[in-house]
Amino acid sequence: MGSTLRIVNGRVYDPANDVDGKTRDICIKDGKIVKSVPPKTKCIDAKGMVVMPGGVDIHCHIAGAKANIARKLQPDDHRRDVHPRLDLKKVNTRSGTGGTVPSTFTTGYRYATMGYTTAMEAAVPPLLARHTLDEFEDTPVIDKGFYILMGNNVLLYQMLQEGRHEEIRNAVAWWLNATKSYTTKLVNPGGDEPWKGHRNATITQLNDKIDGYEQLTPRKIITSMVNTVEDLGLPHPVHIHCNNLGHSGNYKTTLETMKATGGRRIHITHIQFHSYGGKPNENPTSKAPQIAEYINNNSNITADVGQVMFGRSTSMTADAPLAWMLTRYSNDRRWVNADTECESGCGIIPFAYQEQVYTHALQWAIGLELFLLSKDPWRMVLSTDHPNGGTFTSYPRLIRTLMDREFRKQQMDSVNQKAVAKIKRGHHMEREYTLQEIAIVTRAGPARILGLKNKGHLGPGADADITIYDEHEDKELMFSAPRYVLKSGHLIIDNHEFRNNHEGKILHVAPGYDEGIKDVIRPFVEDFYTIKFDNYAVSDHYIPRHEVVPTAKQ
Amino acid sequence: MGAATKAKSEANIKTVENATCTFCGCLCDDMVLTVDMDAKKITKAKNACVLGKALFLSHEEEDRPFALIDGKPATLKEGVEEAAQILANARFPMFYGMSDTTCEAQRQNVALVDMVGGTIDSTTSVCHGPTGMALQGVGESTATLGEIKNRADLVIYWGGNPAESLPRHFARYAVTAKGMYTPNRKKDRTIVNVDVRRTKSVPVADIFIQVKIGADFELLWALRALVKGRHVDPNIEKRTGVSLETMKDLVERMKNCRYGVLFFGMGLSMTRGRHFNSAAILSLASDLNEYTHFIATPMRGHGNVAGADIVVSWQTGYPFGVNFSRGYPKFNPGEFTATDMFARGDADAGLILASDPGSNFTQAAIDHMKKIPMIVLDPKLTHTAKLARVAFTTSHYGINTGGTAYRSDGVPIELRPCLDSKYPSDEEVIRAIYKRVEQLLKTRKKTKGANNKRRKAA
Repeated sequence: MGSTLRIVNGRVYDPANDVDGKTRDICIKDGKIVKSVPPKTKCIDAKGMVVMPGGVDIHCHIAGAKANIARKLQPDDHRRDVHPRLDLKKVNTRSGTGGTVPSTFTTGYRYATMGYTTAMEAAVPPLLARHTLDEFEDTPVIDKGFYILMGNNVLLYQMLQEGRHEEIRNAVAWWLNATKSYTTKLVNPGGDEPWKGHRNATITQLNDKIDGYEQLTPRKIITSMVNTVEDLGLPHPVHIHCNNLGHSGNYKTTLETMKATGGRRIHITHIQFHSYGGKPNENPTSKAPQIAEYINNNSNITADVGQVMFGRSTSMTADAPLAWMLTRYSNDRRWVNADTECESGCGIIPFAYQEQVYTHALQWAIGLELFLLSKDPWRMVLSTDHPNGGTFTSYPRLIRTLMDREFRKQQMDSVNQKAVAKIKRGHHMEREYTLQEIAIVTRAGPARILGLKNKGHLGPGADADITIYDEHEDKELMFSAPRYVLKSGHLIIDNHEFRNNHEGKILHVAPGYDEGIKDVIRPFVEDFYTIKFDNYAVSDHYIPRHEVVPTAKQ
Repeated sequence: MGAATKAKSEANIKTVENATCTFCGCLCDDMVLTVDMDAKKITKAKNACVLGKALFLSHEEEDRPFALIDGKPATLKEGVEEAAQILANARFPMFYGMSDTTCEAQRQNVALVDMVGGTIDSTTSVCHGPTGMALQGVGESTATLGEIKNRADLVIYWGGNPAESLPRHFARYAVTAKGMYTPNRKKDRTIVNVDVRRTKSVPVADIFIQVKIGADFELLWALRALVKGRHVDPNIEKRTGVSLETMKDLVERMKNCRYGVLFFGMGLSMTRGRHFNSAAILSLASDLNEYTHFIATPMRGHGNVAGADIVVSWQTGYPFGVNFSRGYPKFNPGEFTATDMFARGDADAGLILASDPGSNFTQAAIDHMKKIPMIVLDPKLTHTAKLARVAFTTSHYGINTGGTAYRSDGVPIELRPCLDSKYPSDEEVIRAIYKRVEQLLKTRKKTKGANNKRRKAA
């Protein structure tokens, strides 16, 4: 006996199954999409509406130590954007606060009310994984996972320095299991040693030697991790935040990084921040055409854009030297640095992107260029690097900017004109994303890049995570307020109203490894960390609802 | 626990390895506890400091009622009913404590206060609350303790006495600890102590700087000026008791170290200047990052006080002093902090979780607590429990109850309980109260939002 539901008369956009706006019935049973349900099943009449899979956010910062410091840091960010609890007699929800870094409950509710049902926290130091999982427990409705920071891991450095590749593979697999995480993330690989150990320097070239490690360069770290993740068969490849984020002229580093992988899969995240020409310490120019062209021509590369949206943001990153650099450009005096032993750095500053500032306007335009020049929406997907480029609640506005040429032109005319003049003109500027393309860059594409076979589509076997929008000329309005949202078959938003609470699950991987690796990791942890090795791994009761996403070998 | 727990059946002795001591903010997780299961006593606590030993070896489950209502023994169910009635009928209940319980209990506690539209505060407001406010003004440069162990070559203690309050701080983290770039332990570090008196932490320091009482802010501000190369009047010595030469020497050491750290205590956050002092020391560390890598971090007292800040922050966006009367969180220290709410006579009911304000709040606050219905959850019959309408006996976190605690640097640790208890955990009691209050509020007639609820109050 399971609950069943049928969605009828809606125009369905399900790009993974080649359904492009056709009227189809969607049948749901026990939280999954099925081929058919009995005729007398309860129906949702979606006449005049658009049906899509629930949105999938491939890269955001929503939970864990750094998000929480960013919350604590900014009472000013919360007080003007509150999220009241609903009437207890109707549905028992939790109150919270919004702003650029919403509280956990508010994060879950707001993703859901926007039609997003899955989100991936993109940067967690493994030592602090428990914190992220704790916060996930209090992040309702959506399914979620996180990536562990492995690009500045001191033990892996030592192994790599000595060429112990087999041990690296086992150690990475152990770490993924010990933290219940989804994949590995590299952030400014090699940058932490000079930052923490040598008077706040960083690393700028892929072939620079890393302080204290004669044999190590960022290039070696990147290729080692790409190989390791491929060997392990993780569903999502290495998630890379390249060196030199935000610096003028960094597009060369980005191209070099993409070339360094020798045709193997990688995901370059918030690539807009890595597509700048010009000389270091001078104003940037756009190199979006070069970056877009490389990605168009190399099918092993996937990327999310990291669009900048005007307004308040919070810059929070494991790239501590970047945050330090940004303090020069911020008119907010607050700066946070937070080092995690042997694993990571972290920097946080409140920030605001302004239309009239040359660099900000150029960053905004570069993001749009990347979207408009991309020939394969499956490999260039939507993100704002929430809350770095803008908040996730600004996605509907971004969608309108992509779908509505006139709206885009109006904005282009109102921002810094010197910046706009730097953008390549041409036919692509007239492009308007179709609903099908939006369905790709916001759900089907991210799900495919993540290797989530049950997400981002509406075929039988998929999770019944479904969003139904009223068709509307104003796409911002349309995508900010779906009429119905289903999560695992539960009707969360019913006729625009939040009706049911739901607890999502944790998505993680569990690759196999040689138990002997623990004897290698144990002494290092006992010597150079401050907790016992036996207290490091996260136990199962931190993930009461979870799904192991299989590796290629499982 | 698995492999870490070995049972020796013959004497019914159990050993629990890698257990965590929750006495102070060090949250040492290397305890080896020997437990006599028959006597229900911990007989040995290897690696524990003097405070940890006191915690473990004196642990004894007192034979007390599950609950007391007006001092008379009651069942758990009766206690829950009474507590739920108090909260459901309160107009402005004040929730306080949380520093000595698990994050799991803290999370449920915030859920409860959210539902009843009350106010919540933790012991942070009477220790490093001003540091939390300073963070909101100037940010911070901080690190986990392992990074300090591995890298710090200049360690400055300011306004705190870890030798007595965090006894293993020196050996595990910052003075005699052996780290990656500090293999020779204390020889690889310079230790400085700044305080108004010679505490027991001073002998370990290479340099002791005695500042006049109430002049910490002036000293910190003068150091900031010197770091930035500004002129400082030599008369500063009269105000601070510290000569300009001493200051200049310290500034040179700070600018030229490889990785510097400022640990500060309540000697800064709870003395004249409060959040100005904390902001000054956080800013000093941030300024120094122009020259080298520098950290400032508060030393926290209670085992899971950091967890209370962290949980309240992720659930509400604010660290302490949060009010839900309007159906969403509002933050205002001074208005919504517990000692102020009680002393002003604002609260019409109270729930105290794992804390004893009845022994350390101002007399005005305690007098008011005596007048209103109070609910207390604690393993011991505390001063506050004695003046409560309902006092629950709960099990001891870390000894009887597992769960999560956050070290003062934000590292989360899973506790390993070693002894069962017949008493429920804090979390279980809060959940039971929550469930009953939810029923009461859902079935209550004539609710025109929260205001009507208030009118019905006692």
